[in-house]
Amino acid sequence: MNPSAASAFADALRDPACELPPGLRTWNGSDALDRFNVYRNNIAMSLVDALASTFAATRQLVGTDFFRAMARIHVAESLPESPILARYGNDFPEFIARFPHASSLPYLADVARLEYLRVQAYHAADATALTAASFQPLLADPARLAATQMTLHPACRWLHSAHPVFSLWAAHQADGDLGHIEMSKAEDVLVIRPFFEVQVIALPPGSVVFLDALSSGASLSAAIERINREGIEFDLSRQLADLIEHGLIVELITP
Amino acid sequence: MNRTSPTTDDRVAPGAGLPPQVGVGFKAIHFEALFEDPAPPAFVEVHAENYMGAGGAPLQQLARIREKFPISLHGVGLSLGGTEAPDEAHLARLAQLIQRFQPASFSEHLAWSTHSGRYFNDLLPIAYDLPALQRICEHIDRVQQRLGVRMLLENPATYLEFDASSFSETDFLAEVLQRTGCGLLLDVNNVHVTCTNHGHDARAYIDALALSAVGEIHLSGHSRDTDSNGDILLIDSHGSPVADPVWDLYAQVLDRTGPVATLVEWDNDVPAYQILRAEARKAAQAMSRSTRATLAPVSA
Repeated sequence: MNPSAASAFADALRDPACELPPGLRTWNGSDALDRFNVYRNNIAMSLVDALASTFAATRQLVGTDFFRAMARIHVAESLPESPILARYGNDFPEFIARFPHASSLPYLADVARLEYLRVQAYHAADATALTAASFQPLLADPARLAATQMTLHPACRWLHSAHPVFSLWAAHQADGDLGHIEMSKAEDVLVIRPFFEVQVIALPPGSVVFLDALSSGASLSAAIERINREGIEFDLSRQLADLIEHGLIVELITP
Repeated sequence: MNRTSPTTDDRVAPGAGLPPQVGVGFKAIHFEALFEDPAPPAFVEVHAENYMGAGGAPLQQLARIREKFPISLHGVGLSLGGTEAPDEAHLARLAQLIQRFQPASFSEHLAWSTHSGRYFNDLLPIAYDLPALQRICEHIDRVQQRLGVRMLLENPATYLEFDASSFSETDFLAEVLQRTGCGLLLDVNNVHVTCTNHGHDARAYIDALALSAVGEIHLSGHSRDTDSNGDILLIDSHGSPVADPVWDLYAQVLDRTGPVATLVEWDNDVPAYQILRAEARKAAQAMSRSTRATLAPVSA
């Protein structure tokens, strides 16, 4: 197969309306397009399966049939760029946000974003979290503590949402509470992987700003300044204790 | 036949070869059962692309598997049959895995899956002509040079043939093996699927192969469809037990090769570990039957 024949084959795989590429034959004179469609179908189904596995709560929220139909359109528009399928689906939440048939579910894209963060966290680099004892010397020296930068665990991710993304996600886990979810509530979530198991935690208001600041290299005092500028009520000692308890801090860079 | 005995010794060079016994394709849901198995398989095969994250549970599980089993590292993403050279970034990731886990074998496919930066997640067919032969040999040379191992190349399952093909699949494979020095991963299910789908004789296909190059055998299930003529069209679906004609072909291969590392693959509708293990045991029985048959004239 020369490069142009390969391109014709690849183009025809991507476009179901495209006719059979030239140069193909069958031993018994049966319809070659019929057989070509086996490849088209394998590709579409295996990639829809990959999305269904990553976006399991999203699938439950809309039902399997709707999900697979939606995923199939996305697959046709957006084939993977890498054979590492754990990366596939990074642009699926944006697709959902634009998908007209899902516009009545404005929270759906954020649930999908959360699910993609979970897969990223699952495969992220390993790191050893600092224990509470590592912070003791700093707590005795407030000026030094204020100027300290903190490196967060490479697996941690967070998401700010205008929707109850945590409650929706949690309600679709095996032990989830399917009770009332206040749909107007905004929720932020934290995804952590202290050892090898991914966990999803609801974040109090302001935490996302704090985490954004810390991860961009801000010192503790600069991070607090940012929160204050936004007028967020924020319990710093509680926040720090949470970060330590969840194993989020892997390194302290002190002046 | 010269074969390396089963070992997990880290000093063994990567690609030294799998034990001439039966292994299973690893599925994460089988992790606990695999470790609790009192009579575990002789080796475990993993798909390289599932272990290309930076860290986390997959790599930790693979490290634990490697402590107990020889590993066959099986790639699905190099697109060796493609018109573009193998992706250097992907080769670097494979090299890192090989360096860390020292697999007993590395294998890939006579197929393509990537074109113009898009990955199709399927093993797509190639025309068996001279330019394709030269290209795939260059690609395999590069892979073997970069990874520092003699790789095994797997024969494909296909649904279509190309007007441009000037070689039979077996002649094409023989040329690739001879020119690159790589070994053959003989997928017996693929032989049956491909020969059925193109009206070829699977026994003649096996007879046409130089089986001394076989470093591993794959067994798996297929599903059955029909083409527009109503003739059988087999789909390489890896979601069911190994079919009887494939067991028959396997016995035919073993008669010529003697015991050779054999893997049972089950990638879709994955059953309980015990069912996969029982399927692998059937392969072990076939292997020991073939050994007895081979030895019989000697002991008589």
